[in-house]
Amino acid sequence: MMMLSGDPPRSRLLSALLVLIVLALLLTPILFPGAKAMNVATKICIFAALVASYDLLLGYTGTVSFAHTMFYGIGSYAIAIALYAMGPSWAAVASGVAIGLPLAMLLALAIGLFSLRVEAIFFAMITLAVASAFLVLASQLSWLTGGEDGRSFQLPELLHPGTVLIAKSALGFELNGRVLTYYLVFTASAAMILGLLRVVNSPFGRVLLAIRENRFRAEALGFRTVFHLTYANCIAALVAACAGMLNALWLRYAGPDTSLSFSIMVDILLMVVIGGMGTIYGAIIGAAIFTLAQNYLQALMGAASTAAADAGLPLLPGLLHPDRWLLWLGLLFIASVYFFPTGVVGRLRGTAPK
Amino acid sequence: MSDVAATGALPKPKRDLIPALLPVILALAMIPLIGSGSSWVTLTVASLAMGMMIFIMASGLTLVFGLMDVLNFGHGAFIAVGAYVGTLVLLPLASFAQADSLLTNLAVLAPAVLLAMAVSGALGLVVERVLILPVYGQHLKQILMTTGGLIVAEQALYALWGPQIIPLPLPTSLRGSFIIGDVAIAKYRLLALLLGLVVFTAIQLVLNRTKIGLLIRAGVENREMVEALGYRIRRLFLGVFMTGSALAGLGGVMWALYREQVHASMGNDLTVLIFIVVIIGGLGSVGGCFIGALLVAMVANYGGFLVPKLALVSNILLMVAILMWRPRGLYAVTSR
Repeated sequence: MMMLSGDPPRSRLLSALLVLIVLALLLTPILFPGAKAMNVATKICIFAALVASYDLLLGYTGTVSFAHTMFYGIGSYAIAIALYAMGPSWAAVASGVAIGLPLAMLLALAIGLFSLRVEAIFFAMITLAVASAFLVLASQLSWLTGGEDGRSFQLPELLHPGTVLIAKSALGFELNGRVLTYYLVFTASAAMILGLLRVVNSPFGRVLLAIRENRFRAEALGFRTVFHLTYANCIAALVAACAGMLNALWLRYAGPDTSLSFSIMVDILLMVVIGGMGTIYGAIIGAAIFTLAQNYLQALMGAASTAAADAGLPLLPGLLHPDRWLLWLGLLFIASVYFFPTGVVGRLRGTAPK
Repeated sequence: MSDVAATGALPKPKRDLIPALLPVILALAMIPLIGSGSSWVTLTVASLAMGMMIFIMASGLTLVFGLMDVLNFGHGAFIAVGAYVGTLVLLPLASFAQADSLLTNLAVLAPAVLLAMAVSGALGLVVERVLILPVYGQHLKQILMTTGGLIVAEQALYALWGPQIIPLPLPTSLRGSFIIGDVAIAKYRLLALLLGLVVFTAIQLVLNRTKIGLLIRAGVENREMVEALGYRIRRLFLGVFMTGSALAGLGGVMWALYREQVHASMGNDLTVLIFIVVIIGGLGSVGGCFIGALLVAMVANYGGFLVPKLALVSNILLMVAILMWRPRGLYAVTSR
């Protein structure tokens, strides 16, 4: 209870699902040591944290930001550039963190102070503009970021896939640098999600909810709403930057497509809405469902597309092509905004949709 | 009770001319910086033409926001759909488009543009009924719904036309430039400029000289009062939304011909640009949108000529500068 900050899942099925997901993630390196399964598990961890931080903005304060990938990208690039420039050492990782986090924080502060005074709609448009400018900058300043190619780098010795800490014969599975990196990602993501749970259940989080419900009234009660919103924006940016760092460490690469593109922003939006806005737990559920669907449903769609093509049906092969899976997710997204605004978590908790 | 004699005309609303003069001032200030007069004329015509195209695309967005308080994040989808529908006419009739006669060229271009506008407008009808009607008055859901609509539209375009870039050459008689002295002015830019001015004038005339325009302006000011007077403002909403979508489709065809290519991601890319324009102009203001579009195009063209690296972020810098000066945009129309 202490760990969950007094905000349990409040539904048996939901608790069971969460326990299942966390256990599966915890045991992935032992049960499914294959490269694909590990990648999927890592993506779920990282995105659960990233989406939870976005939920702090969207679900708890009701502001739509399109600049969340920018902070994610800042984290990725900070680690990548530091390790690329200084070579594979822990000092480089530390300096990447020391540069990336304050940078993300300052940028979030600037955007917040500049544009959070106004309506949610204005904020959404300004963040979209700033994020797209950042994407252009990152792909053009090739002396720093490597341009469209991005930056690949080496990890410190301890995290190398080749570094075997405990051989397979001792425990039945191999504890190597890759597995260690995975557990680093897992632990850090879990810590961030628990931290966010703490934030939203603090008095500060209650004020955020009040602002979401009625900003004018919150202000009338004496809360400085701009301060609270900016604060929340900074926290979300910090967590997003951390998630970006974990992503860079896992991929040993940072580039515009993996860390900054608009499609990641779309992924985050889909996850948070499908999982359930304003719950934090929704982030874990949403990230798990979405990532599994992305990696395993596409194969199914491919099969369906080929079958439709063989049957000579018009149009269907194109619509069912694996690359078009976002089309179906987009439709699912619209349907879930409309019919289940509280997402999977809200449904399971049995709260009436507002 | 004493009669108050109405002497003279009603007091005119205060005219605010400074924003309207901004593009002129900017253009004049650039003469000494650019140095050569002929490149200045070329750049100015280029930015005016680009500004007109952006204005055509953005005008619908700002009107819809002003009247309905709906911000359509999927507006870019109408642009892309318009461009693709335009290729449906232009590519099969390529032989007409490549004929060296202005009349034959226009005979292809006109139906392409009209069809694009019709399809975008019809799509606007569907989008308004299906996506926006259920979420009137809920900003958060509007943003999410229309973003979802943009994703679906883009993916559907990919599914129908494939992911490749479709080349769309300009009709023969619109290629090349008029050369006056040592000044070169591209023909297509002149056409875009003309078309933009026509659209701007038409919107202004409809808004300021017709009863529908009066109702729209009244609706922007105070929706409930217009409803109380017995007008079906929902119908008006729908009409404005469809017109805005159709204009976006027109802009899409023009932009595709300007770039001479069509790709499904163009809607997404242009969304950012037209958002900046609409923010600069002040949400809901057609005049502000016009000036904003000109400013953005000028900064892009002059900036690209003088400091190429700066052009990447010039739009953002312009937006920040304008918002520092007028936090609600050049002409803030609504109290929202």
